[in-house]
Amino acid sequence: MRTIKLALRNLFGAGLRTWLNVFVLSMAFVMIIFFRGFLSGWDHQAKHDMIEWEIGESQFWQETYDPFDPFTLNESHAVIPKQYNQLIEDGKMTPVLITQGTIYPDGRMQSVLLKGISTRNNVIALPTDMLDTEGEEINAIIGTVMAKNSKLKEGDYVVLRWRDVHGTFDAVEIKIAAIFDCDVPSVDAGQIWIPLQSLQQMMGTPNEATILISGVDHAEEAYPAGWIFKSQHDLLSDIEELIKTKSIGGSIMYVILMLLAMLAIFDTQVLSIFRRQREIGTFVALGMTRGEVVRMFTVEGAMHAVLAMIVGAIYGIPLFWFMATKGIAFPVEATQDFGVALADVIYPVFSMMLIFGTSLLVLITTAIVSWIPARKISRMKPTDAIRGKLQ
Amino acid sequence: MKNTLTVQIEGLKKHFPTGKGHFTALNGINLEIGTGEFAGLVGPSGSGKTTLLNIIGSLDNPSEGTAKVLGHNIGELSITEAALLRRKEMGFIFQTYNLLPVYNVFENVEFPLLLLNMTAAERKKAVHDAVEWVGLTDKLKSRPNQLSGGECQRVAIARAMVKKPSLVLADEPTANLDAENSHHILKTMLKLNEELNTTFLFATHDEKVIQYLKRKIILKDGMIEQDLKNL
Repeated sequence: MRTIKLALRNLFGAGLRTWLNVFVLSMAFVMIIFFRGFLSGWDHQAKHDMIEWEIGESQFWQETYDPFDPFTLNESHAVIPKQYNQLIEDGKMTPVLITQGTIYPDGRMQSVLLKGISTRNNVIALPTDMLDTEGEEINAIIGTVMAKNSKLKEGDYVVLRWRDVHGTFDAVEIKIAAIFDCDVPSVDAGQIWIPLQSLQQMMGTPNEATILISGVDHAEEAYPAGWIFKSQHDLLSDIEELIKTKSIGGSIMYVILMLLAMLAIFDTQVLSIFRRQREIGTFVALGMTRGEVVRMFTVEGAMHAVLAMIVGAIYGIPLFWFMATKGIAFPVEATQDFGVALADVIYPVFSMMLIFGTSLLVLITTAIVSWIPARKISRMKPTDAIRGKLQ
Repeated sequence: MKNTLTVQIEGLKKHFPTGKGHFTALNGINLEIGTGEFAGLVGPSGSGKTTLLNIIGSLDNPSEGTAKVLGHNIGELSITEAALLRRKEMGFIFQTYNLLPVYNVFENVEFPLLLLNMTAAERKKAVHDAVEWVGLTDKLKSRPNQLSGGECQRVAIARAMVKKPSLVLADEPTANLDAENSHHILKTMLKLNEELNTTFLFATHDEKVIQYLKRKIILKDGMIEQDLKNL
């Protein structure tokens, strides 16, 4: 208690020098929490959007389906297992048939991934009800990125060419019935969604699908032959890897920020040892033990972190609250070209764990950085220190 | 008045290492100082008076011989034991005042009491008493950079006296002061010596101080040349 009291007295007595250090440290502190909160928010939003728009609770993939191998796509389809008919009927499972195709917007040729999906889909957020049609026409829905790249608008007609299971090419004119806004590129970029039955008919694969998107978890069930179960965890592993990579990249930034802040503290402490030698000598002459002096200097340095937390909280809490409520807007172009699920507005998530964890990290680091130069005091001769003689 | 010994030194030598060998700062000092004395180590620069004062103040150790201060053999004390001895029994007054620059007068004088774990009320009373002895009650909130040299040294005296130590060691206390301030300070110390029976030991070559001393221990080349007591 006495050490804290003396350390605080020294800190407040030092005036501007203390507050400059505290401000620098509080900036590092706020920035670290902000970046962590931003990544956390992105992680949360990306997973949420992927589950909502693409993944559902779990999936079954036809055993040869490989989203990264377009050459096997034409073979990757099988009859939908009968055991799931009821789930599909109830709207709890959505079969999707996938193949390659080509569209010719304004005379240009553009490869697309053609996806047939049930118009009764309730599992993912795609507006599949827009695929319903009363006539012979085939309605299609596309995302905003696809619409931008292909220069297609709602109500446009475009020629679609595909190859059926027998290797025969055919073409049909489809109508863009709706354009949806989605943050998940693998649902939007280069994709055209048409009714499942239409695609089954076009492909010559009645009642067949490539993947089954389920609104329930099937982890505990026996899987149908020829289909591979993919849990939500498996399907999110890519985005988790990406966030992890981003976190590592972010960590380098935290280390740089922390190093800058710690350098300021270390510099102050080292300077203190030299500039305050006479003071230290006086402390010793007045009866402070070397351990007490070292402890006082260490606490004095560490108190920078405590003050930084208070100062950081004064401007950080309103800032974090504002960002968590209003979100951080990204230019539409940036979100479209990013390649992973990135919303145009990200809401950072600042958990208590994040705030307390960062506080503890900053406090411990500052204490260590303060202790290192304070150790030097223990080697100082009191008679020299009193005279302020440099050693 | 009980006539006990505060300082008892026998065959004291102090060597400092130099490039080629060592320099002998004190060369066989034998000295006794009784409780309540107002004595001074007098001599020119390099005569060893500050070195002797530092050893008596347990800030340094003898190379040879023994120095017993307030019943403690300085050479045998650990660093922590020496610090505790200074904390409880000694007060220091330095030539350059050595006030803590970020503390105000009250805090500077209070500092030794904080180390003694006294309560806030006890500290407050003791600080007010000490500041009153030196006549600085109106400067309690001032910082050292707002005080004159004489006022700074009076704060240093109050800090040395606040815990009513058995021994006060003063190294050239008037070196940075004018004549008027020097006399004022010495009168204050003399008064405290008489009222509280505190032993005062000075290291000085200042005539203004010397004239107040009741005992002059004259050092030359690390040895006691004369020991003059006022009768």
